[in-house]
Amino acid sequence: MHVVVCGKVIPDSSVTLEIDPDAKRMRRTDVPHELDPAAASALEEALRLTEQHGGSVTFVTMGIPDASVGIRRALAMGASAAVHLLDDAFAGSDTLGTAKALAAAIRQQPRFDLVVCATESSDSYSGIVPVQVATLLGVPALTFAKQVFVDGETVTIHRQSEEGYAVVTAALPALVTTTSGINEPRYPQLKGIMAARKIEIQQRSAADLSLGPDDVGDSAARERVLSVGAPPSRGAGRLIHDEGDGGREIADFLAQAGVI
Amino acid sequence: MGDRERGMDFALTEEQHAIRAAVHDLCARFPDVYWRELDRKDEYPEGFVQELTEGGWLGCLIPEEYGGAGLGITEASIILEEINRSGGNAIAAHAQMYVMGTLLRHGSEAQKHRYLPEIARGALRLQAFAVTEPNAGSETTRIETMAVRTGDRYVVNGQKVFISRTQHSDLMLLLVRTTPYDQLSDKTRGLSVFLVELKRAVAAGQIVIQPLDVMLNHQTTQLFIEDLEVPAENLIGEEGMGFRYIIDGWNAERILIASEAIGDGRWFVDRAAAYASERVVFGRPIGANQGVQFPIAQAHARIEAADLMRYKAAWLFESGQRCGAEANMAKLLASQAGWEAANACLDAHGGYGFVREFDVERKFRETRLLMTAPISNNLVLAFLGQNVLGMPKSY
Ligand SMILES: Cc1cc2nc3c(=O)[nH]c(=O)nc-3n(C[C@H](O)[C@H](O)[C@H](O)COP(=O)(O)OP(=O)(O)OC[C@H]3O[C@@H](n4cnc5c(N)ncnc54)[C@H](O)[C@@H]3O)c2cc1C
Ligand SMILES: Cc1cc2nc3c(=O)[nH]c(=O)nc-3n(C[C@H](O)[C@H](O)[C@H](O)COP(=O)(O)OP(=O)(O)OC[C@H]3O[C@@H](n4cnc5c(N)ncnc54)[C@H](O)[C@@H]3O)c2cc1C
Repeated sequence: MHVVVCGKVIPDSSVTLEIDPDAKRMRRTDVPHELDPAAASALEEALRLTEQHGGSVTFVTMGIPDASVGIRRALAMGASAAVHLLDDAFAGSDTLGTAKALAAAIRQQPRFDLVVCATESSDSYSGIVPVQVATLLGVPALTFAKQVFVDGETVTIHRQSEEGYAVVTAALPALVTTTSGINEPRYPQLKGIMAARKIEIQQRSAADLSLGPDDVGDSAARERVLSVGAPPSRGAGRLIHDEGDGGREIADFLAQAGVI
Repeated sequence: MGDRERGMDFALTEEQHAIRAAVHDLCARFPDVYWRELDRKDEYPEGFVQELTEGGWLGCLIPEEYGGAGLGITEASIILEEINRSGGNAIAAHAQMYVMGTLLRHGSEAQKHRYLPEIARGALRLQAFAVTEPNAGSETTRIETMAVRTGDRYVVNGQKVFISRTQHSDLMLLLVRTTPYDQLSDKTRGLSVFLVELKRAVAAGQIVIQPLDVMLNHQTTQLFIEDLEVPAENLIGEEGMGFRYIIDGWNAERILIASEAIGDGRWFVDRAAAYASERVVFGRPIGANQGVQFPIAQAHARIEAADLMRYKAAWLFESGQRCGAEANMAKLLASQAGWEAANACLDAHGGYGFVREFDVERKFRETRLLMTAPISNNLVLAFLGQNVLGMPKSY
């Protein structure tokens, strides 16, 4: 079974995100990067599946040169190949542009049985890209998986819902998106890090994928960010002193807020 | 920087970053409470050491041809630093990384092929090195434990003290006397190193291990050696050259100890800065007061300075240059900086620093050792004063 994992490499969780007011984008240069923890979970799931059923995992990311840190991490965890979509022409891509690039890269693989994405990224979390990728590839998308099983020609997931979960099955090839709590991703072992340095990261430009300015990048983006700003700061909380009726006061407050 | 060639490069490689990040994640699975409980019970961190072993971390310095990762002292030092920085204590496992260096540098091909792959896999632990004796600590050349050759084996009698991790090691390097002191013109000769199958020797009653109760969870012991039989083929290198061989391992050890102290120091500074920013006394965070803030800032600066010396020593070591002075200075400065940070951290925590739940007092006890062992800072200063600056000798 060949599994492709799409994941982002994002500013490290220690970084305070800054917005570039002119570009209306997050500043991604000159900050330490890491493999998106959500992508690490997607990769972990793929590794477990191939450990169970045999096969290999290819990691695909579209991102700036600094993304190599996260790509090496994915290789050290156990992916056996990696594709880095790296080209200034990709800059400013919206979700559809991103999905076109990812789908083109996946199509270039000799074969794929399953694509695993994180439901949403941990930095922009629009949660749109995976279904776009599935649509472009013409494969079914099984989203919000909290468990994934592969059985011969099919994939089955437990799809997280508010009431519990639904069991969803589709024929392979298919695309699955994983929820954040699906597993605890492994950390790389020294052997993995050593093996990773011997693997060549395959770089692909827009031209390599036969994509032009109408497909990817700023020029192709159909979404426009009109303005960005910091969320409004929260007002001070209300302190309730318990003089016997604290519980009631809290309940009243929650009822007023319509929470209970 | 353009095309101008860079004279200095302080950047870590991507692989070194990856190693740091992975060790960080490994350590996150062994939180403060894990170490606190072990400390309370004076128990060996078996689970943690197992995890390090399985990940291949302790075989990082063993060449690839013997099944290790073949990495350098810089990578090894990053691994140990990160463990101490996370709140753990690398001392429980560090010796498995570097004690094998004596075997690697001076052992025969047969010895190396027999033991190194097993050590790299973690199937055999070689993490005890017995040098110190009740009558010979700083003055190693005064050791009295004696090995006498009879046919194809040596018979050893004597006593060792402060020998760490003997209860958690399959093999042990043992420094003994093979020529009586008064028969030597060169007092640095006459000592030899043996590779001892420790578990077997203990089972045969030839070595009796007695734990020492010390101020930190350190699993250090006393050894009573009686008619211990060691096959002559377990002699490392030449008879009489043992002191030379252990000196050859010192520079690496100094650099690694320095990185543990730096890891400790960073832990103390992080904890102190966080606590001082939160704790409000007299209506403001205590960290706003210069009396609290400056010692922490000072400790931070000293750790960063010691860190530069550690990387310089590691760079010299790896490029095959002399690094005795730098490795010793790194150990000296780092252990002092770590200790200064420990005090700043304890002071910032007020009474809470003494409460076990805060882990400060535990780390405080742990980092203090690095000023005394594996070599006391006085002897480092003596080395600098006498061997580097050429001043008169005290010994
Ligand atoms: C501040 C800000 C500014 C923006 N500016 C613009 C703009 O100017 N013009 C514009 O059109 N759009 C803009 N966007 C949208 C941005 O381009 C999209 O967020 C991006 O395409 C991917 O969206 P996401 O990370 O939210 O994907 P999600 O849909 O949340 O991602 C889900 C999953 O899809 C996969 N995936 C997504 N992206 C990648 C990738 N690059 N490589 C590999 N796998 C991936 C991963 O598995 C990921 O977990 C902006 C967004 C923000 C937050
Ligand atoms: C927890 C722990 C673990 C240890 N683990 C090991 C181990 O695994 N294997 C092993 O072989 N050893 C081990 N040791 C021993 C350690 O290496 C020695 O304790 C250390 O080298 C000092 O020797 P000593 O204790 O005999 O001190 P001494 O040699 O008695 O020295 C006492 C003091 O006098 C000072 N001093 C002596 N001579 C001079 C001088 N000329 N100038 C200035 N000052 C001087 C010393 O610096 C020291 O401060 C360990 C020790 C401890 C505490």
